[in-house]
Amino acid sequence: MTATLTRADVVAAASSKRRRRVPGWIAVVPLLVFVAVAFGVPAIAMLNGAFTVKNQTTGATSYSTANLTESLKGAYFTALIGSVKLSAISAALGTLFGLPLAQVVVTSRFRALREAVLTASGVLANFGGVPLAFAFVATLGNAGVLTTHLGLKGKGWDLYSFSGLVIVYLYFLIPLMVLTITPALEGLRTQWREAAQNNGATGVQYWRHVALPVLAPSLLGGFVLLFGSAFAAYATAAAMVGSSIPLVTLQIADAISGNVLVGQENVALALSLDMVLVAGLVMAVYLPLQRRSARWLDA
Amino acid sequence: MAGRLNLWRWVVLGLAALYFLVPLAASVVFTVDVPGQGVTFDAYTQIVSADGFTSSLVLSLELAAATIAVVLLLMVPAMVALRLGAPRLRPVVEVICSLPLVVPPIAFVAGIATVLKWGPDYLSRTPLFETFVAIQNPSFPFILVLAYVVMALPFVYRALDSGLRAIDVKTLVEAARSCGAGWPQALVRAVLPNLRGALLNASFLTLALVLGEFTVAQLLGFQPFAVWIYSVGGSNAQLSVAVSVLSLVVTWALLLTLAGVGGRDKTASSRG
Repeated sequence: MTATLTRADVVAAASSKRRRRVPGWIAVVPLLVFVAVAFGVPAIAMLNGAFTVKNQTTGATSYSTANLTESLKGAYFTALIGSVKLSAISAALGTLFGLPLAQVVVTSRFRALREAVLTASGVLANFGGVPLAFAFVATLGNAGVLTTHLGLKGKGWDLYSFSGLVIVYLYFLIPLMVLTITPALEGLRTQWREAAQNNGATGVQYWRHVALPVLAPSLLGGFVLLFGSAFAAYATAAAMVGSSIPLVTLQIADAISGNVLVGQENVALALSLDMVLVAGLVMAVYLPLQRRSARWLDA
Repeated sequence: MAGRLNLWRWVVLGLAALYFLVPLAASVVFTVDVPGQGVTFDAYTQIVSADGFTSSLVLSLELAAATIAVVLLLMVPAMVALRLGAPRLRPVVEVICSLPLVVPPIAFVAGIATVLKWGPDYLSRTPLFETFVAIQNPSFPFILVLAYVVMALPFVYRALDSGLRAIDVKTLVEAARSCGAGWPQALVRAVLPNLRGALLNASFLTLALVLGEFTVAQLLGFQPFAVWIYSVGGSNAQLSVAVSVLSLVVTWALLLTLAGVGGRDKTASSRG
C-alpha cells in the first residue's frame, strides 16, 4: 500500500501540470453530446408530440393533454391493460417457476450442472424476438409438430392467444428469473437452515419463516424486472399474433406504420409516453430493491 | 427426507428440460420432416440461395461492426477518464447510460420516426435535410447505428465498469506516463490490453443485440437479418424456421463464447 502511495505521489507531482491543462471531463463530452443527439432529440420529440394536438381544419397546433387522455380510452386503453395483464401474469409465473429451478441448481452437488444451467439461462434470457416466435409456431402453432402429433387442435388449443403468448414469454422470463435470483439464493446460509432444524422446524416452516422473508426483496425485484421485460417485448408478439391480441406495443407499431386514423398519429407518442412511465416506475421499484438485497447479502 | 428431496430435484429439472428443449427439437423436426415430402434437408440448403439472405445478413454484420466501433470509441475514453480525473461525473454518466432501459425500443423508435418526419416537413430547404436523407440510405442506414449505440449503452457501461473495477487504472496510466508514454499511448498500450475481457464482453453483447434487433429496423422500414426472417415467414414456413434455428445456433455460439470469457473474468477478479 505504501509503495503504491509513494509511486503515485511522485508521478502525480511530475504530471500534475499537464493533467491540469487537459481536464478529465473532456473525454466524457463526446459521449454526452452523442446521447443528447441520438437519445435526447427523439425523447424530446416524443414528449413534444405527446402533448401536441393538431387542429384538422385550421392546421394549427396547440399544446394539450388530449392525446394522453385519448391514449387512456377505448382500444388504446384495452391495449394498455392487455399489456399490463400479460406482463403481470407472465412475470408472476416466471417468478413461480424460476425460483424452484434456481433453488435446485444452486443447491446441486454437481458443479457442471450449475454452470450449464446458469450459462444456458444467460443465453435464453437474451433469446427473444422473431426466432423465438417461429420456434414456437413450429412447435405449437396450427401446423406445429406437437399440435399435429398430439392432436391438440381438436382439444381447443390455440397458440395465437393470450395464454399462448404467456407460454412463449416464459421461455425467456424463467431464465431471466434464474439469473436474478441465484445470487440471493447463494446468500442463504446453511447455518440458518440448521438453526431452524435444531429448533424443530420442518422444511416448509424453514421456507415460510426464514428463507422466503430473506428472499422477498430479491423475488419482488426479479418480478418487477420480468414485468418490465415482458411489457417492452414487441418482436415476439408481432411475429406470432400480428395484431389480433391487444397489446400496447402492437398499437404503437400500427400507428408508426401509418395504420391509424387521421389526427391520431400523436396518440402513438402519448402511448409511448405511457410505456416510458410504466418502465420508469418499474426501475424506480427495482433499483432500491436490488440495492437492499445486495446490502443484505453482503452483510 | 433425502429421497423426497432427490425426487423433487429430478421433477424440477425434468420439467425444465422438457419445456426448454422440446421447442428446439420440434423446430428441427418441423424443418426436416415436411408433410408429403418425408425427411428432407431442403429448407437448409435453400437458405443460402434465398432471396435477400446474403444482403440482409451482410447489412446486419455491417451495422454490428459500426455500432461496436462507435459505442467503444465513445465509452472507453469516457469511462477511463471517469476513473482518472472526473469522479464527480460518474453518477451522471451512470444515469445517462441507464436511461435507455427506461425507454422501451418501441417508444424510442416512435420518437425517432417523429424526428425523421421533420426532415421533409420542416427542413427540406436546409442543408440538414441532406443529412436526414443520408442517414436513411437503405444500403447502410446510419440512423440504425445511432439507435443501436443508444440501446447498447447500458450493457456496454456495465461490462466496461466491471472490467475497470478489476484493474487499477490510475497506477497503470501513471506507470506508463512515467515511462515516457503519451496519453494515447498509455491508453492503447497499457489500459486497453488489461481491459481485453471487458472489451470482448461489450462487443459480443452489442453484436448479439444488433443481430437480433427487430423493432427499430422494422418500424423504420429497413431490412437487416431479423426483419428478413420475419418477411420470409409469410411465404415459406419451413425456410423461416430453418433460418430461426440457424440464427439461434449462431447467437448461442456467440453468447456461450461470451459466457466463457465473462466467467473466466469473474473468477480472475474475485481472486485478485
